[in-house]
Amino acid sequence: MKRRAFLTSTAALAGVAATGLPAFAQDGPLKVGFIYVGPVGDMGWSYQHDQGRQAIEAEYGDKIQTKFIESVPEGPDAERALTSLALEGHKLIFATSFGFMDSVMNVAAKFPDVKFEHATGYKQSENVATYDARFYQGRAVQGLIAGRMTKSNKIGYIGSFPIPEVIQGINAAYIHAKKANPDVKMSVVWAYSWFDPAKEADAAAALIADGVDVIMQHTDSTAPQAKAQEAGDVITFGQASDMASFAPKPRVTSTIDNWAPYYIERVGAALDGTWTSQATWGGIDSGMVEIGEITDAVPAEVKQEAEALIASISSGDYHPFTGPLKKQGGEAWLAKDEVADDGTLSGMNFYVDGITAEMPK
Amino acid sequence: MIGGIDITTLIAMLMVASTPVLLAATGELVAERAGVLNLGVEGMMILGAVGGFAVAVSTQNAYLGFLAGAVCGMVLALLFATLTQIFLSNQVATGLALTLFGLGLSALLGKSYEGMRPPATPRLDFGPLSDIPVLGRILFSHDWVVYLSLVLVALVWGFLRFTRAGLILRAVGENHHAAHALGYRVILVRFAALGFGGACAGLGGAYLSLVRVPQWTEGMTAGAGWIALAIVVFASWRPERVLIGAYLFGGITALQLQLQAAGYAIPVHLLSMAPYIVTIVALVLLSIAHRHGAQAGPASLGKPFHASS
Repeated sequence: MKRRAFLTSTAALAGVAATGLPAFAQDGPLKVGFIYVGPVGDMGWSYQHDQGRQAIEAEYGDKIQTKFIESVPEGPDAERALTSLALEGHKLIFATSFGFMDSVMNVAAKFPDVKFEHATGYKQSENVATYDARFYQGRAVQGLIAGRMTKSNKIGYIGSFPIPEVIQGINAAYIHAKKANPDVKMSVVWAYSWFDPAKEADAAAALIADGVDVIMQHTDSTAPQAKAQEAGDVITFGQASDMASFAPKPRVTSTIDNWAPYYIERVGAALDGTWTSQATWGGIDSGMVEIGEITDAVPAEVKQEAEALIASISSGDYHPFTGPLKKQGGEAWLAKDEVADDGTLSGMNFYVDGITAEMPK
Repeated sequence: MIGGIDITTLIAMLMVASTPVLLAATGELVAERAGVLNLGVEGMMILGAVGGFAVAVSTQNAYLGFLAGAVCGMVLALLFATLTQIFLSNQVATGLALTLFGLGLSALLGKSYEGMRPPATPRLDFGPLSDIPVLGRILFSHDWVVYLSLVLVALVWGFLRFTRAGLILRAVGENHHAAHALGYRVILVRFAALGFGGACAGLGGAYLSLVRVPQWTEGMTAGAGWIALAIVVFASWRPERVLIGAYLFGGITALQLQLQAAGYAIPVHLLSMAPYIVTIVALVLLSIAHRHGAQAGPASLGKPFHASS
């Protein structure tokens, strides 16, 4: 009996939330929810998103109220977390990892008056907007520095999952490393996790044992940095966050995801009722991608080259994926001076020619 | 070098990678042989990781750090012992709560230690022994915790097999009413076993934050405690098999990353599954091959004990 009563009231509550009881929507502050894939203390990806959350709190004060749920696993549990945020009356919900995509779509269909924002995904709907940063621009800069600075001509890349966002980074890094140093070889190790410090450290150790002296990571913790520091003559790049505590070496520069301006803009739009579903893909020019300070461990002429590259990407003069480029195996992709279109990039599932590793299927 | 993989480096790496899980599993084995199922291994490990890290950083002494890690794990385990043995709370629920509590508390305590660097844990100096080709690198090039973990496994094995105290501990785990009727103090024995288990888990956690990674990051155990629990079960509660299980797991994990780094064209999904599958299959085969009589867990495992019943 009790259980039935519970079910009825839950169903009623869900119904109320789905139809959007005005009392929830208009009175009191706008409730903004976030789900993160890692802990806010990862000092990388989720930390940066939480910085964005704090920025909107500072900007809008008591006009809004925020809540976050951290370390939400990708998969069914994300759907539970999103549903509970929606049921609690959050009207704008940010889901900040690629793997939340289908959960967001499912929950958004059930709560048509709740606005969803999904980071790095490619599925939109009436109430689901997507946003992403052109991390590959930062990777191009890292690739250039890596190619110039490697002594063993071996650079290593710790990947999380073989999804377009990560593959863009691997390709951009390789293209620019190769351009700077034709002898360069790249090893890719997949951790199959966004956040597992011990495994990330082991992956870094395995790469170093293989003779790699530059490590790039697309995982969220600072463990590879710590491992590189311990090994001595290995350089790394801050990922998602500045990771400045490892400067000036091993961390020689970083790609910083600055979500704050975007979050402020979107919350503002939700507050004044101008929010619409859209797909945003910001780069260095819009400030969504920032390049951290290049330390003195980088030779002056390399630093100059890197800064020139940053400037040309930022001004739009240069696109990191500019032809002639071939796909792995030799299939033609971009002709001379042709530039990759966003559609191909956001669905990227192939390596460029020259990478010897095999793409996980 | 075999096929681009440097075997000596691999073995040296696997010993480091396996040590946290080995320590935690050895401790849990003792607790379970005494008849208590403590699912809080993950929580004890991570509290040991943060406690060890904090003390090591503030005193700049790695030894004190390891000691603090062990103490943190033990304190949490004794809390568990008090709840389950004196207040007779449900062991499964309390253990799960302990894990959640440990994860949360460690995140809180660790906030100010993020991004810091722990003092180095020196390798033991074996003089010329370390210079022996291959063997020197494998056997004589580690820090003291690696050796401690191996000694601990041997001690636990000997303790359970040959000593009177070990016999009492097993009796308590097999049939606590009989042990009680014989005049053994069931609760005291279980407190001791849980405390030892907690200290081992805490030490394993400290090894993670002080040597293996080395830094403090929230949630850094990322499931290592659960692996330790699983290894105890698949090792049929025997210390020597726990050693095999932990090294196999750590070894395949290290090997699969090295195979990837060396550019082998083996499907990565298979490689990442390999540690789990190989470890389970090997330990299951081992217990099938040695099935003399009952190989199940301690008969009183997980059951509440009250002297009046």
